[in-house]
Amino acid sequence: MTPFTYARATNAADAIRLAGDTGARYLGGGTNLVDLMRETIERPSRLVDVTGLSNAIEVRADGGLVIGAAARNKAVATHRAVRTRYPILSRAIVAGASAQIRNMATVGGNILQRTRCAYFYDHAGARCNKREPGQGCDAIDGFNRMHAILGASPACVATHPSDMCVALCALDALVHLEGRNGERTLPLTELHRLPGDRPDVETMLEPGELITAIEVPALPFATRSRYRKVRDRASYAFAVVSVAAALKLEGDRVKDVRLALGGVAHKPWRAWKAETALRGQPATEPAFRAAAEAELADAKPLRDNGFKIGLARRTIIAVLDELTGANT
Amino acid sequence: MSADHSAAALPLAPENWPTGSAPDPLIRRQHGLVGKQLSRVDGPLKVTGAARFAAEVKLEGMVYAALSCSTIPKGCISMLDTTAAENAPGVVLVMTYRNAPRLKPVPSFLTAEKAAGGDDLPVMQDECVHWNGQPIAVVLAETQEQADHARSLIRVGYEAAPAITGFEQAKAAGRHPASFFGEPLKNEIDDAEAALSAAPYKVDNVYRTPRHNHNAMEPHAATLAWNGDELTVHDCTQAVAHTAWSLAQAFEIEEKQVRVLSPYVGGGFGGKSLWQHQVLAAAASRLAGRPVRITLSREGVYRVVGGRTTTEQRVAISAAADGRFSALVHTGVVAMTAHNNVPEMFIFPARQVYSAGSFKLAVETVQMDMLANTFMRAPGESVGTFALECAVDELAGRLGMDPVALRIRNEPEKDPMSGRPFSSRHLVEAYRAGAERFGWSGRSATPCARRDGEWLIGMGVATATYPYFRMPGGAARITLSENGDAKVEIAAHEMGMGTATVQAQVAAERLALPIERVSIVYGDSALPGVVIAGGSQQTASIGAAIIAAQRALVAELLRLAGNASPLAGLAPDDVGARDAGLCKLDEPERYESYTSILSRAHRDDVSVEAAAPPPDELARWSMHSHGAMFCEVRVNAVTGETRVTRFLGSFDCGRILNPKTAASQFRGGIIMGLGLALMEETEFDERNGRIMNPSLSEYHIPVHLDVPEIDIIWTDIPDPHTPMGARGIGEIGITGTGAAVANAVYNATGKRIRDLPITLDKLL
Repeated sequence: MTPFTYARATNAADAIRLAGDTGARYLGGGTNLVDLMRETIERPSRLVDVTGLSNAIEVRADGGLVIGAAARNKAVATHRAVRTRYPILSRAIVAGASAQIRNMATVGGNILQRTRCAYFYDHAGARCNKREPGQGCDAIDGFNRMHAILGASPACVATHPSDMCVALCALDALVHLEGRNGERTLPLTELHRLPGDRPDVETMLEPGELITAIEVPALPFATRSRYRKVRDRASYAFAVVSVAAALKLEGDRVKDVRLALGGVAHKPWRAWKAETALRGQPATEPAFRAAAEAELADAKPLRDNGFKIGLARRTIIAVLDELTGANT
Repeated sequence: MSADHSAAALPLAPENWPTGSAPDPLIRRQHGLVGKQLSRVDGPLKVTGAARFAAEVKLEGMVYAALSCSTIPKGCISMLDTTAAENAPGVVLVMTYRNAPRLKPVPSFLTAEKAAGGDDLPVMQDECVHWNGQPIAVVLAETQEQADHARSLIRVGYEAAPAITGFEQAKAAGRHPASFFGEPLKNEIDDAEAALSAAPYKVDNVYRTPRHNHNAMEPHAATLAWNGDELTVHDCTQAVAHTAWSLAQAFEIEEKQVRVLSPYVGGGFGGKSLWQHQVLAAAASRLAGRPVRITLSREGVYRVVGGRTTTEQRVAISAAADGRFSALVHTGVVAMTAHNNVPEMFIFPARQVYSAGSFKLAVETVQMDMLANTFMRAPGESVGTFALECAVDELAGRLGMDPVALRIRNEPEKDPMSGRPFSSRHLVEAYRAGAERFGWSGRSATPCARRDGEWLIGMGVATATYPYFRMPGGAARITLSENGDAKVEIAAHEMGMGTATVQAQVAAERLALPIERVSIVYGDSALPGVVIAGGSQQTASIGAAIIAAQRALVAELLRLAGNASPLAGLAPDDVGARDAGLCKLDEPERYESYTSILSRAHRDDVSVEAAAPPPDELARWSMHSHGAMFCEVRVNAVTGETRVTRFLGSFDCGRILNPKTAASQFRGGIIMGLGLALMEETEFDERNGRIMNPSLSEYHIPVHLDVPEIDIIWTDIPDPHTPMGARGIGEIGITGTGAAVANAVYNATGKRIRDLPITLDKLL
């Protein structure tokens, strides 16, 4: 770990001021950032602790939610409104990490957590364009069973590891930001970037910009939603593939649908193509299959992860099948 | 809890028990302390945090160490800049090959009686790099954080040399016949290949197992200090005497100038021996003139401590229509280095589990440029039973026979290799009891027959086996105090297995003392004995040492008793232990308590030391434990995820000394076996020999949710040729487990996975 200074912010403006110009990082639960600092992958000159900022979970009149960025993952997952109106979000959070980590981790920090690509983590021994732009990528021809099949680039094949973000993307969540130039709001689907030739730039955040809250718009049919995480052991493992879906039926047809994938790309992957393909279609396995195939048409396998394409397809179909049969 | 006072006197074990003239009389003792379900004596210390582990010992003036490790597999350091590290806050010393004291290589395992080194490479003596992850610098600083930070400031450049980091590349470079303890790992009886080609029913396949890394809960650590030329090491080790001797060789000092203390070990499994970190910490301590604590990070354990090597095994079995094996072929290759000799002895099970008309068994090694591999829980048997027991399952399918019936059909009457009788073998009973309790008859012989929604359900079975060992060198000191307390001292180890508890039970029973009056002192190289906590042999080794020490103690007590005692004129074999004293066996009223003997002799205590007899029992009998492992899995038809839902281990391991600690040992082994079956795999990047998943988040071992309730039963039939009738139980749980899972997966899905671990992608 490289020496750093620490300051605790009392509000967003204070945090932004304390962060100053360069070299500072905001500290939430520290479950990822502190690990990366120990590995000297992250070397902030200053940590600005933002866990004292809003952690409120507000239920709006229309049924939507506004969640303070400092809310702990566990608090969100166990909140009554989340569990009843957005079961997909509650399940996604509980599917992630361990109880101890969920107790510490914040919503803002979860969104900004970094990839678990082994070559990114091996500061001493591996090349990584995300860590050192232009250095090269040792994952492309190395161990890449857990890596991206969608939206990757020759510079980077890493995945975003969050479960929570997959559900939030499916739910059209908005991210409230505050920075030196004021406040703004961005759809979560537009916050994370694909790697392109700058995998070190992972989000659209401007320097010093802070996530203050997450807004989850009302979506009545989100009560009919599922998060399914496929993983290598029963708990405490990152998703090989995950699927977040909400389905609205009209008779035996798909009236509306939300679908997002995890473990497949550099960002939580909203399956826009599959959604378009599904709307108005019969809620049957062939339609689900066609939609999954439409989404995965551009998928590109690496040495070890070709199985993910079929696995994603099968899991999408199974989740939609299950939602079709669900009573809620 | 006290000894069974109503019991008759317990005779001493005969001196010549290893020759089989008469068994240990403790075997027949039914209602005493042995066999009682006692909680661990060290339990309260550990759950309250009072037990002080190696990384918790605080020494006056101590500094903290951090290691910098190489990032290439082979070559030379061409540039090394430690200036920034030396100038960093709190730094006391940066040691590299340039300023390290001159050291002899550490003698590697099995090259001498007390050799404990993982390899025999020079330790930071030159610019050469031999594996990716080799320590190239040690930083000492006033705090761990300062040492870690300074370590990150070291700049190093390399001149790489061509390296062999691929298994196929290594095989092409040459195979070598393997040997273990000087004995070739090769057996041939008749022409197995000819029998194979002539047989009507056969299987012939290749099985692969990956590298595994040690992940004991307690990462390796040592806190040490020099006093002149005397070195004291607070270590976590399974071999205190070996470590002390081996460190003395490296520093060219006398063995007695090194004292290794290791009262608590947070898991060993074969990995807690002498690796470079202890040597480097001692060298740096000498150079800096300060006590040193070195604590390996989890990544550090992967870089510096060897693990289980990769294997590629061919198993071919042929049979007649009645299932009798005409040939058993088990051959293959394991990766090793040029600087160690620890092959995975995967043919050990095939040497004795089955009878067959012919055998061809052989292990070959290939050499790679990597960290020396080492022992890990049931080296050989864990991965060997995976291949062998999958093959037997496959053959049962070909024959249309039940896999349990096929195994019973091929049960040998005597050791197939040596022709020696088995000391005690009740595998068939274990199979029958296990099959009944598990409900094996409910298994469908055809795969894919049971389904619950998305989940395919299957059952599998496999044989577990591990040898009985007793290594030479066991010795113990018993000190009996005038107040009736007994202290047993032996340079043995408690790594969480229950050794201290079980041996207190045994010693109390033998001495006819309440267990509260007996203490077992261990984990100190200054104590008698050269006992390794490995090979599941510590129980027998300590047991034999206590037998010998008790004989010496009784002889001394009879001498002290003198003519005024009711015991006057008696010889050790005339007496037995009863009620905290001795009595004549056939005249129990001729009794005197230990306290009375000592007080009449005006002695505060009496102390004797004795060595165990050589392990001659191993030359007379074929000595092995066995088990029948039953497993039920559910495999998700959509995602390929496998979840183990039921597991039963039915064991034949001689007499069980403490059901509570034994069941935990068996379960722990089985859980490790579930990991071997389904998830454990070291990602060794063959491009540069670097381990890419050195962390518990990426190197998967089972978490609680992966472990079902594990049912454990045992035959409890004493082995008449071992101390207490017991055979070691530390390792057998991991054996057979991998195959039981793989066979259950086949039964569930119809997919035969011969390449561990059985991850979901292999089942899609």
